Order: sequence, then C-alpha cells, then structure tokens
Amino acid sequence: MATAALCCKGIRSLKRKPLQRYSDVMFFLTMGGLSSCFVILILLLLIADLNFTSADEFLEALRKPEIRSAFRLTLFTCTAAAVMSVWVATPLGYLLSRFRFPGRQLVDTLVDIPVVLPPLVLGLSLLILFHQPFPFSSLFTGPSISADAEPDAGMKNAREGWILDEWLRNEMGFPVTYRWPAVVLAQFAVACAFAVRTMKVTFDQIDPRAEDVARTLGCSRGGAFMQIALPQASRGMIAAGTIAWARALGEFGPILVFAGATRFRTEVLSTTVFLELSVGQLDAAVAVSLLMVGMAVVVLLILRWLGADLTS
Amino acid sequence: MIEVSKLSMQAGNCLLKDISFRVETGQYAILMGRTGIGKTTILEAVCGLRSISSGAVLINHQDVTNWSPGERNLGYMPQDLALFSTMSVRSNIEFALKIRRIPKAERAVKVEELAGLLQIHHLLDRSTVALSGGEAQRVALARALAATPAALLLDEPISALDRETRLETQQLLKTVNRRTGVTVLHITHDEAEAEALADVRLQLEQDREAKTVRIRSSAT
Repeated sequence: MATAALCCKGIRSLKRKPLQRYSDVMFFLTMGGLSSCFVILILLLLIADLNFTSADEFLEALRKPEIRSAFRLTLFTCTAAAVMSVWVATPLGYLLSRFRFPGRQLVDTLVDIPVVLPPLVLGLSLLILFHQPFPFSSLFTGPSISADAEPDAGMKNAREGWILDEWLRNEMGFPVTYRWPAVVLAQFAVACAFAVRTMKVTFDQIDPRAEDVARTLGCSRGGAFMQIALPQASRGMIAAGTIAWARALGEFGPILVFAGATRFRTEVLSTTVFLELSVGQLDAAVAVSLLMVGMAVVVLLILRWLGADLTS
Repeated sequence: MIEVSKLSMQAGNCLLKDISFRVETGQYAILMGRTGIGKTTILEAVCGLRSISSGAVLINHQDVTNWSPGERNLGYMPQDLALFSTMSVRSNIEFALKIRRIPKAERAVKVEELAGLLQIHHLLDRSTVALSGGEAQRVALARALAATPAALLLDEPISALDRETRLETQQLLKTVNRRTGVTVLHITHDEAEAEALADVRLQLEQDREAKTVRIRSSAT
C-alpha cells in the first residue's frame, strides 16, 4: 500500500517544465546552425563552380592535349604514390601497432611531420635533400669522381661531395628532380603519412591474440603476419590506398617546388589549375577543378563504402 | 609432461616468484587463483608468448625456455578463443597441419577424426563468424588438438558459456583428455569445474606484504 501511494504521489508531481520542453529544440537548433555553416559553405563552393561553367566549356577544356596529358600523368602518379604508400604503411603501421620498441615514440612523431609541415617547406626540403652534398661523402666518393671527370670539375665534385640527384641522373640514368619521379615522390611523402595512420588504426582494431595462437600452432612472426593479420587488414589496406590516392591528387605545393610545372612533363591536374589560372584561363581552371572534385567524390564514396571507422 | 622450474617474472603489479610445478603426461591440471594474480601470464610463459626473468620451462623433459612458441608443439586456447575470422572452420582446424606441410589427404583424415571427436562435422565448411559460444569452443579445441600437441593449455575455456553448455564442454574436455592422452593445463575460477576435472590442482597465492605470488600444488 505504502509503495502504491508513493507511486501515485510520484505521478501526480510530474509536470512539464516549459524550459525543459524547449531545451531539446534549442540544442538541435544551435548544433544544427553551427554545423550547417560548414556544410553550406562546401555546398555553395560546388554550386558556384558548377554554375560558372557549362557542359560544353567543360568538355572543350578537357579536350586540350595538355590537360589530357596532365590527367593521364595524375592517374599514373597518384596510383604509383598510393601503391608505394600501402607497401610502406602496412609494415610500419603493423610495427607501430604491435611492438613497443626503443624510439617508437620518435618514429610515431616523424610519421606525422609531413602532415603538419607546410607543403612548400616539404617541397623545398625534398629539393635540398636531392641537391645538397652529403656530409663526409667526399671522403668516400671524391677520388672516383675526380678520376673520370676533368681535373677542375673533379676537384670541384670531390670538394662538394656526393649528390643524390647527380648520382641518380648520371650513374643510374634515372633523373628525378623536375621529372615525373619527383611528382610521385612529392605525393608519396605526404600520402604515406596518412596511409600509415590508417594502417595503424587498422591493426589496432585487429586482436593480436589470433596471431599469438598462430605462433603457438607453428607459425613464425612473419607467417602470423602474412597469414593471419594481413588477410584481416585487407579492408584497411584498401582504405589506406584510397586515402593515399586522394591525398596525392590534392598535392600541389611540394610538386611545384620539387617537380616544377612543365607542360607535358610534370604537369598534374593540381598544377594545371595553377597554370590555367596564371594565364587567365579561368574556364579551363574551373573545368579541371570540377574534374578533380569528381575524382575526389568517387574516392570518398569508396571510403564510405569501406567503413568510415577505419579512417578516423 | 609440463614442468615449470623456479620461474620468476612480472605479471602486472605482481611478481611471480619461484613458481615451480609439474604436470605428468596425460594428467589434467587445474590452475586457480584470484583475478589478476598472473594465471594467464604463466600460461603465456609456458607457450613462449611471454619472456621470463628467470627459471625454466620443460615440455616432455626438454628445456624449451628459449624456444619460440611454434617450436614447443603446444595447443593454446585463449579465453577469447581468437578463431581465425578470415578462414572457414575447416581451415582453422587444419592450420597447424598446413604449417607443418602435411599432405592434403592426411589433413583431411585428421580433420574428420577431430570433427568426430568434437561433434562438429556440420560446421566444417562454415565461417567462424556466426558460431555459437559452444560451437566456437569446440572449433578452437579442434584447432589446438590438430597437430597432436604435447600439452593443451586452456585459459578459462568454459567461463563464458551458459550452464548447460558449460557442463557439456566440461565433459567433452575430460573425454578429450582421456581419449587422446593429452596433458592439460586449465585455468579456472570455478571450484565445481576444478572438482570435476582436476587430477592435479595448482593454486596461486599472493603474499600481500612482499607483493609476490607463489604456487601451491596438490593432487586430488
């Protein structure tokens, strides 16, 4: 009886407070209002781009041979950078996720540097790395260089030391700077950082216990990685590749500094936008921009399909 | 035969000190102790998944202290089972045999034999993802037994199951032990489970002041 009385009293005392009634509405209005600032901005940007150009202008711009060449080079370099990124990011992500080794924190921080570094600085750093004589290298390479070259040049080379770009161009026949490999390397330097993050999250989400069991069943560490961890990480690898590809597509600053913007040689779509803008061809710049938006949307859709949790 | 001799190692906040015990071939040993005392750590040390500070681990009179987990020929079943989710039940079971490059026909015979013992014929071509708790338990057991291990190491194999399946699995473990003659080291919290299964009981006890853990062994 006492309990029933208590319940009834409880029900009688229920009253809707006007403030509480509106607090949820206010919550959604405030949150929605603030969120929509960004969403509407992006939407307006896309609408403005679409409004600026017509289908004919778009197709006409894409028929230009230099833009077609840039499109082909973009597809090639982005794919190469993405494949290289996944190759490197998979073992690195695994090591960072599974092991506590000396210097792990340092490696973890170094991986993030390309993400936070201003793009132009990254390009400049690549340029300096390839063109700066390696310290103390003249001690090892000096005599051999001076033997083949003219005495004066040899002396100069020996004094300056071993230079990576010269070695690649002269000894290996594979010039990098201001050629397409520089585009790939500039894209890889940034794309790989994102791929490593994705692969680390992927392996963090995979229970290492299955690899332990595989090892007790006779596997080596390598076997457990190849047969147990890697098959489970396949979706993460596709996600890492997709993110790397998208980052490579958007890369501009490092490419401009390290690879230049030579038409039919190192021009990718991001540099096309810059080149078209610089000669006042706004229509072509917008058409190429829209093409890149389309490519990015396709990549984003693939990512969504793979599961957004892997990219967080 | 499993023998642990004067094993010392850190297990979380506790220091396992001078842990020695011996489980004879074919015996069923139950390892008990309160949560966090280091039971799983000892099991992992026997498997070779954790390195020890001092002491020795012997399997069938062979000192395997510095051997890799794969060389020890043990069947390990962790608490969460850790079935290989990208493989079918059959591939899980024959995994250890494939690693040992056993021919396909021999593998098939062994899988059939284990499927008969553990009554999982109907599961062989299914994925491991949708198995019930009891089914997953049997598959993990079959996988651990496939390469005819020197000993079976079970980390709370029954605790996550409902009462009925628990009693069933308990009976099954006893049958496996008796029919295959495999030595078993089994971690549990459950007194009734220990009562039903143990040939040997090992009890981990903590010395609170010294923060060290020692072991008491008794035959039942």
